[in-house]
Amino acid sequence: MRTVTRWLRRNLVVLVGLGTLGYLMLPNVIVTVFSFNKPNGRFNYEWQRFSTDAWTDPCGVADLCGSLSLSLRIAIWATIGATVLGTMIAFALARYRFRARSSVSTLLFLPMAMPEVVMAASLATLFLNMGVTFGFWTILIAHIMFCLSFVVTAVKARVMSMDPRLEQAAQDLYATPFQTFLRVTLPIAAPGIAAGALLSFALSFDDFIITNFNAGSTVTFPMFVWGSAQRGTPVQINVIGTAMFAVAVLCVLAGQLVGRRRRRS
Amino acid sequence: MTATAPTAGSSGTDVRLTAISKRYGSFTAVHPLDLAIPAGSFFALLGASGCGKTTTLRMIAGLEDPTTGSVELAGKDVTALPPHKRPVNTVFQSYALFPHLDIYENVAFGLRRRGIKSVKKQVGDMLDLVQLGDFARRKPHQLSGGQQQRVAVARALINHPQVLLLDEPLGALDLKLRRQMQLELKRIQTEVGITFVHVTHDQEEAMTMADTVAVMNGGRVEQLGAPADLYETPRTTFVANFLGTSNLITADVLGTSGDDILLRACDTKLTLPATRCTTTARTGEKLLIGIRPEKITLTHADDAGTIPDGRNRITGRIADSSFIGVSTQYVIDSPVGPGLSVYEQNIERDSRLAPGAEVVLHWNPGHSFGLDAAQSVEAGTDAGEGT
Repeated sequence: MRTVTRWLRRNLVVLVGLGTLGYLMLPNVIVTVFSFNKPNGRFNYEWQRFSTDAWTDPCGVADLCGSLSLSLRIAIWATIGATVLGTMIAFALARYRFRARSSVSTLLFLPMAMPEVVMAASLATLFLNMGVTFGFWTILIAHIMFCLSFVVTAVKARVMSMDPRLEQAAQDLYATPFQTFLRVTLPIAAPGIAAGALLSFALSFDDFIITNFNAGSTVTFPMFVWGSAQRGTPVQINVIGTAMFAVAVLCVLAGQLVGRRRRRS
Repeated sequence: MTATAPTAGSSGTDVRLTAISKRYGSFTAVHPLDLAIPAGSFFALLGASGCGKTTTLRMIAGLEDPTTGSVELAGKDVTALPPHKRPVNTVFQSYALFPHLDIYENVAFGLRRRGIKSVKKQVGDMLDLVQLGDFARRKPHQLSGGQQQRVAVARALINHPQVLLLDEPLGALDLKLRRQMQLELKRIQTEVGITFVHVTHDQEEAMTMADTVAVMNGGRVEQLGAPADLYETPRTTFVANFLGTSNLITADVLGTSGDDILLRACDTKLTLPATRCTTTARTGEKLLIGIRPEKITLTHADDAGTIPDGRNRITGRIADSSFIGVSTQYVIDSPVGPGLSVYEQNIERDSRLAPGAEVVLHWNPGHSFGLDAAQSVEAGTDAGEGT
């Protein structure tokens, strides 16, 4: 009995850690397993038998790949837009003193704090009143808007912690203002900008609520999944989900590998 | 501008500041000041924090716009030029090495920005000069403080600037390394022959390294000169106290006798050669007489008869003594003032010189200096910081 308690005490952290990891990973495991299922009916909820049908024909369901490519396009443009604008805002807020600086800083947090559904409804009202046609552009504008605050937060933290003497040193070493920005400021702020961009991409790609209010008849991937879940769930959805997960894991692993090699050299 | 155009080159003036000043709102960081720094010299701006020395340096570098006045480098007015167009380089406080670049690229930065393609040999030579040849591919954070400091010097020197500006470059190093780097910097300066302008708050550092020291206080240059001149003949109480330690005694001027000024402090008669007095001494008014602790000799009161004639002497009692190896430092209470300090070399120690003993302090009048009594006696000491 005593040895069991001692073993528990020594390995408690590991056990809790493994338990939490399992809790986080279990849904992904289920998604992956069921991407190899061959369901009998329209619903992919019960395991029948192993098959790679869905993997060999991921676009086999009508409109799936169209919505996926739309979502990717929106996510990429929203990421670019939000990252460029957000980086500029972050520099302005971190570097310059101007009237209403602190109120701008606070207002930028609002999209993060506000319930998404409220923001979605008010945006839809705005677009309706302006007579804008719902579709790709309204979705993109909405996505850039809610990604912006995340980029600003990530970049601002990085810029604030940057030693202003580094830029002065660059100027002192004959770098023009533009070269200073390109050679010193940007590389040092890069991790913050990259974090903001990654976050933007993930947020934009899987956003449902705001998109649903502002899409009109356009269907993004999350909307497609939602829509098809009412009528039946094609295995292809699991395939796409598993592939996305694999790509993300690969990106993280590659990043860590590069980081480790850089640290070693 | 009334200053005559200086001649460029090794014998001329490298940096000339004319009526330069800096104000931030209502706060004046630097009062209008004129400064001429000769080419090839090691010049130090010395002062406590907030005295305007770094602001002055940054105005030379172009990182700070002067409110009034002009900056000339080698006879050329550069006041309106941005930092990247000025032929000066700076070694920053805490070095400001680029964290994302390795040592090689840090050192090559200035050359590359000026469009020089083949930098390999120059960077290699410069890294060898600062003895960091093996560290070319390391990142700054992998180096020790002393090594980073040398990279910062190499990164600036490789551009062969007209003037090298050093902003408290040794402040972050520990004492031993600082002493070592002081000699190292002095060696490099002699070797490359470039004008160095060094900002520091460490008076020993300034005196060890510089040919000329400008002591700054409250945005003004209090006194400028060779380290020995500043130390032996300070012209203000601030300089007297900030550079080393001084005993300042308030005395009444009795009159003059030949080349000497006759003074009295608490019934003790003192003399001061008129040439050692930087202010006019008027009979009946007060004067400060200053004497460095190591210039005073201590003699036990019983042996007072052995003191030669012609020396200033005052009596006192030892309040405290501390042995610090090469010397013993005494604190002596005297009728002319409490807490006088005296440093005695530990050559032949008189065992009677212990706390409580009655002693005579005496010195060669030529070793003391006279100052205007209207100043604060505590200026430049810890107690009178910033006055």
